[in-house]
Amino acid sequence: MARSGVRVYVAVFAALIVLTLATVAVSYVDLGPASVVVALSIAFTKAVLVVLFFMHLRESPGLTWVVAGGGFFWVAILIGLTMSDVLTRGWLPVAGP
Amino acid sequence: MAEHAAAVAHQFDDAEQQRGAAELGMWIFLATEVMFFGGMFTAFTAYRWLYPAAFAHASRHLDVLLGGTNTIVLIGSSLTMVLAVHGAREGHRRSLLVCLALTMLLGGVFLGIKAIEWTHKWEDGLVPGLRFTLTGADAGPQELFFFLYFAMTGVHALHLIIGIGVVGVILALAWRGHYTAEYHNPVEVTGLYWHFVDIVWIFLLPMLYLIGRHGP
Repeated sequence: MARSGVRVYVAVFAALIVLTLATVAVSYVDLGPASVVVALSIAFTKAVLVVLFFMHLRESPGLTWVVAGGGFFWVAILIGLTMSDVLTRGWLPVAGP
Repeated sequence: MAEHAAAVAHQFDDAEQQRGAAELGMWIFLATEVMFFGGMFTAFTAYRWLYPAAFAHASRHLDVLLGGTNTIVLIGSSLTMVLAVHGAREGHRRSLLVCLALTMLLGGVFLGIKAIEWTHKWEDGLVPGLRFTLTGADAGPQELFFFLYFAMTGVHALHLIIGIGVVGVILALAWRGHYTAEYHNPVEVTGLYWHFVDIVWIFLLPMLYLIGRHGP
């Protein structure tokens, strides 16, 4: 099994710091609706770096990938189905609560 | 276990299988944690969609400098944690001990900065239910934002306090020489938990501090 080295960890740490500074800097720029997309894309990239390298998922067996992916898959269902309600409430001219 | 550090429990074929089982168990626990935090993230997403202007206003009451500094502190603690795991794998007791102590220290720094922030929020009258002094048309949705802010950062801080306690136990056991290059599963799974708590904060920074930062 391939083991990660100190050099890899420091490189990932540097990337995480750069991405943190980038997301703070870009938040002061008005990108309209894209602001949220950019902020969450950077956060997701950082999370993937932590999971793959610091949590050693890239060295882990397939079953661990299934469990890790499963957590995020079910959260996607949770948010997706909830927002399918919230986002579409104004679509039909029906008196709301 | 102490006198037979490399011992394999009788239900496992070998040390590799034992390590795999320990790590998979922690990953399954973390999947439930993802769902636990996911509920609050979902509530935040829904209310941010319903009250975008109020959430942007409320977000601007938060201190980006303190929040950003804390992000860097926590990422630093993840580096020291992964170096502790590396030290354990290599059988370097000294590097394991030093890195675990640094991880606890950085976790403490994070909580200290968090306490300063919460104190500011109390002084500014931004604590829902206890001391909330904002008035105006969107005061209600802003109070909702601060309720979610305290719920999410509070539960995150609780996880960090637990993490510091667990790392402290691991540090004490490592001090007594319980871990070797062959057997150090508790160090590995504690690392997984610590990095998960870091990931939660990685998402809290943009959601709480950065939305609406550029607005009027």
